[in-house]
Amino acid sequence: MCVILSQFTYTDADVVRLENQAAALRQDILNMIHAAKAGHPGGSLSAIDMITALYFHVLRIDPKNPDWADRDRFILSKGHACPALYAALARRGFFDPEILPTLRQYGSILQGHPDMNKVPGLDMSAGSLGNGLSIGVGMALSARLHKQDYTTYVMLGDGEIQEGMVWEAAMAANHHDLKNLVAIVDCNGVQINGWTNDVMTVEPLADKWRSFGWRVVECDGHNMQQILHALHTAKTMRHCTAILMRTVKGKGVDFMEDNPAWHGAAPSDEQLVQAICQVKEGGRAQ
Amino acid sequence: MNTLPTRMAFGRELIELAKENENFVVCNADTKTCSLEQFEKLYPHRAFSFGIAKQNLVGGAAGLAACGNKVFLATFAVFASMRACEQVRTFVCYPKLNVTIIGTHTGLQVGGDGATHAAIEDVAIMRSFPNMTIVQPADAVAARKIARMAVDFEGPLYIRLHRNAAEDIYDESYEFHLGKANLVKNYGSDLTIISSGILLAKALQAAEILKEEGIFVRVLDMATIKPLDTEAILRAAEETGAIMTVEDHTIYGGLGSAVSEVVVQNRPVPMEIVGIRDRFGESGDPELLYRDHGMDVPSIVDKAKRLFARK
Repeated sequence: MCVILSQFTYTDADVVRLENQAAALRQDILNMIHAAKAGHPGGSLSAIDMITALYFHVLRIDPKNPDWADRDRFILSKGHACPALYAALARRGFFDPEILPTLRQYGSILQGHPDMNKVPGLDMSAGSLGNGLSIGVGMALSARLHKQDYTTYVMLGDGEIQEGMVWEAAMAANHHDLKNLVAIVDCNGVQINGWTNDVMTVEPLADKWRSFGWRVVECDGHNMQQILHALHTAKTMRHCTAILMRTVKGKGVDFMEDNPAWHGAAPSDEQLVQAICQVKEGGRAQ
Repeated sequence: MNTLPTRMAFGRELIELAKENENFVVCNADTKTCSLEQFEKLYPHRAFSFGIAKQNLVGGAAGLAACGNKVFLATFAVFASMRACEQVRTFVCYPKLNVTIIGTHTGLQVGGDGATHAAIEDVAIMRSFPNMTIVQPADAVAARKIARMAVDFEGPLYIRLHRNAAEDIYDESYEFHLGKANLVKNYGSDLTIISSGILLAKALQAAEILKEEGIFVRVLDMATIKPLDTEAILRAAEETGAIMTVEDHTIYGGLGSAVSEVVVQNRPVPMEIVGIRDRFGESGDPELLYRDHGMDVPSIVDKAKRLFARK
């Protein structure tokens, strides 16, 4: 009855490789948003280290067969951070990276919020906050129904969990004993109108998830070693697990970091040069 | 005469179909809708309970469908169309997922439960979503045929069902054709009454009375509200020169609106839209409510006469 989830291993070399990959994806994110003259750099940059770990090491996926029935699923419930996901999918080989600068342009597959029917490798459309975990519950139920061993990951923003539907889904995941479902909360502490705990307090976060019956794993969302460890631990829990990753909004670009103004704004030409320089440095420094 | 509610006929047929068709699953909220609560007892691995959480119900169904499952979800139409409105729009219709939404307890026929539970706007809401198909049976026979269609249907589908017993209009020879209106009565070419759902019975009674009074009408069953059978509507306009619509729904955005959109843009003829006029439902015997809202048989007859006079 119980299907054992596939597990992964990692080495120090993997950690370095992933750190460098994340630095490269940060450049893609900044370039895309600059070209589009709009988008959400803050939440893309806070999420990108986790997304890199998932797409370049952890997820069981095949770019040549994006609709593979047994693939792991990833739902970016905080859909506005899609530049991070688009960059990862392109660099992982799901589509031509040349397309990346067309973000938000008329006719592009790269909609301002993700469309699963347009982008190869994208498991679910998103954009309206609070919905992704419910869809993840459905995907995890489907895996169990068909005795498939894939894992479903759902990434949420810490502001997003103010939406009540998230807690309907959290309740359902525990009720249905979904061992194959992992929620990842990008705790960057900032939302569009300010700091999360000024807008609507979400703490105590770990207690909230635990009280809904979830296991909780905490990590530094910009420490690749900790990210991999958290993802590995989540797979050993045999229970629905929330990874609460502490992150910095706009991570890697000093003038964007922890600044609500960069939730949804594009860098100017000058700011782009500065930002690219900083994220390159960040990659090497690690 | 058989008088099963359309919701029960549909749900029971689906349970029957599950014996031979293993390719669909059922998601339930904690509502007594169409006897699909029984599905869980019979097919526990194919039934999923979502509790009193309709947004999560629709989101969960979308997730199941995104993994290739054919999903039926059942709840009251008022909740499916409004509490979970955005989930239906953005996570079922936009990604074009294979989810059939069974909306029950529609229109004034809900009776005693009153305004909070009587879905009178659901067609208007569902009709405005791209990729959505909308079907409404007029009786239990049609409900069963529509259930058979639905298990093989691909894409977002809304089935509109009524709560209380409704007398059968059709016999087993009835065949449901998606997207095609059914000419149920053809007494002449004075005007055409187009109905959808259980008020078809009243439309047919009105047709008989009108015939006795010398007005010879046609009655069309528009079981598929979207996509609309525009050909049948234009033929009605062309051949009878006046159209009346009859529906258990607000006149804003439902069948009457849909038909008039076709008529005014292609072949303008006098029209009369019978339905709920900018009011909420309320508790009471459905027949009294229909009378109160001008939707009972005498009202339909009167409005048809006035329409005929305008030709």
